[in-house]
Amino acid sequence: MLTPVLSRHWDDADSFTIDGYSRHGGYTALPKALAMDPDALIQLVKDSGLRGRGGAGFPTGMKWGFIPQGPDGQGAKPHYLVVNADESEPGTCKDTPFMMANPHALVEGVAIASYAIRASFAVIYVRGEIVHVIRRLQQAVADAYTAGHLGKDIGGTGYDLDVVVHAGSGAYICGEETALLDSLEGFRGQPRLRPPFPATHGLYASPTVVNNVESIASVPSIVLGGAAWFQGMGTEKSKGYTLYSLSGHVSNPGQFEAPLGITLRQLLDLSGGMREGHELKFWTPGGSSTPLLTAEHLDVPLDYEGVAAAGSMLGTKALQCFDETTCVVRAVLRWTEFYAHESCGKCTPCREGTYWMVQVLQRLEAGTGTEEDIATLLDTCDNIFGRSFCALGDGATSPIVSGVQYFRDEFVAHITGKGCPFDPVASTVFAGALA
Amino acid sequence: MALPEKTRLEAREIIARYPQPRSALLPMLHLVQSEEGYVSPEGIALCAEELNLTKAEVGAVATFYTMYRRRPAGEYHVGICTNTLCAVLGGDAIMATVKDQLGIGHNETTEDGKISLEHVECNAACDYAPVVMVNWEFYDNQTPTSTRELVDACRAGSPPPPTRGPSSLCTFKQASRVLAGFNDGRANEGLQAGPPTLLGLEIAKQRGDDAPAYPTNQDA
Repeated sequence: MLTPVLSRHWDDADSFTIDGYSRHGGYTALPKALAMDPDALIQLVKDSGLRGRGGAGFPTGMKWGFIPQGPDGQGAKPHYLVVNADESEPGTCKDTPFMMANPHALVEGVAIASYAIRASFAVIYVRGEIVHVIRRLQQAVADAYTAGHLGKDIGGTGYDLDVVVHAGSGAYICGEETALLDSLEGFRGQPRLRPPFPATHGLYASPTVVNNVESIASVPSIVLGGAAWFQGMGTEKSKGYTLYSLSGHVSNPGQFEAPLGITLRQLLDLSGGMREGHELKFWTPGGSSTPLLTAEHLDVPLDYEGVAAAGSMLGTKALQCFDETTCVVRAVLRWTEFYAHESCGKCTPCREGTYWMVQVLQRLEAGTGTEEDIATLLDTCDNIFGRSFCALGDGATSPIVSGVQYFRDEFVAHITGKGCPFDPVASTVFAGALA
Repeated sequence: MALPEKTRLEAREIIARYPQPRSALLPMLHLVQSEEGYVSPEGIALCAEELNLTKAEVGAVATFYTMYRRRPAGEYHVGICTNTLCAVLGGDAIMATVKDQLGIGHNETTEDGKISLEHVECNAACDYAPVVMVNWEFYDNQTPTSTRELVDACRAGSPPPPTRGPSSLCTFKQASRVLAGFNDGRANEGLQAGPPTLLGLEIAKQRGDDAPAYPTNQDA
């Protein structure tokens, strides 16, 4: 049921070192890839069916194929690979422990992907708030240079690649690829209008691939195992293995690598279920920007199509589980405060909408709201969704719309009861100790 | 206070990493914080001079990002996650406890300059909730009591090592140097992974679950 590939050797105490990685076949995919034609490599990744693991699920090989090649026009400009390691979507906690436990899988993937798209400069843009992960990445890159996996004339093939680890500075919006590029160019991280897309006008207005950490780190295993091997896992349109992150009111939170299409019920059964004496109330399939689901969705296949059919999105596979002690109004308010704080301010619907929705939710939570406030919230969401440059505004509406959809009675109870009916202590992990 | 010449040379080292100089601005601002503990006027001037920008242009970037501080951070910068999941699991109670303990609020620093406090957004460690960061190192699975003790130890100058991080805690300025891209040689310290990170692998091994082996004879 579980298929550890990326996480296969994380239990080695030295899994993050170049020796630890090389001991289990690390850096054997790179020479194999460098012996291939770059276009054949792009075709291999297309054939594998790998889709972006950062949330949107766009086919990785297709993204690579959009990069203009050849001596004319945009193709003649330098090409760039940018790894989006700005993991910040609430609930999402897969790339961070991955890079701490095995940064070399990412570095090897960077080398292969850069060769495929014909880039000689790559950046790993990592959020700044995880210093030890940054140390591990810096060391991995340095050790890969020393070992000849990066730098000049890699493996005697004449291929040159420089890689820089670039620390961000605390802005959720920089997880959006065009905002990330602006940030990487030394500007405020605000999204760009598309088209043109990064594939033709990305970093320094040159052809650029922006991929998530897990997507890039999956490439070495695809090179070694082949497209058919990768396709052997997962579902019809969602191929391969991926990391699911289980958190919240569960007995045993953690990372689970499984084929796409596993269900939350299966993951809970494997890991020991919800915390003792409590039941699942609501959960996110892929971070707070993906609409909430409830216990009736426990058997939804966690692949791109399955979760979409249930009215949400697979997103980052961040399964935040909340039990019946949790106030949904409080949860939704806090997420909305997050979006208001992180809205970059460029688009009016998102900037103003999130600001006002926080105020409405605050009075609802405090018990001073009215039924009209619920309608105002939904109306505001309607005016934000699809009306901003990037998906942050859309994401901000997800918890509110789904929260009201499934738990309208609870919003109303805050109004009629003139306050929150929940005890916040009961939902803490130390509730028992305080009782 | 004027920045040492060394800082200017290091700023140029950062600029040399990138195809275009301005890409160095964010790491350069981290470098300024590694000297000053915040983005000082002198630091802004240095970045502007080295990148041929106006001070206003540098300031506009610095104020966009929450990790850049406009006033000196404490030697130990405490960040408590109060995004939904950590807040519900105990982050709100932890934040209330520490505010009370220190007599300061969000984005404030104690008078002795030892501790600054911030409520942070999701720090990508939800399987270790509630999470507290000190100088951007992980202190996992916190309670109000454990965080109160952690803060006391920081005030006394003897913080315990992070849960997943180096074998001793760096100061805010030292951590900022790493963010500026200067490897401090401590990557090999600490665990490769905490128990939740390894849980799925452990269960897979117990069950005998595994991915199919790579085919031995395949046409890529």
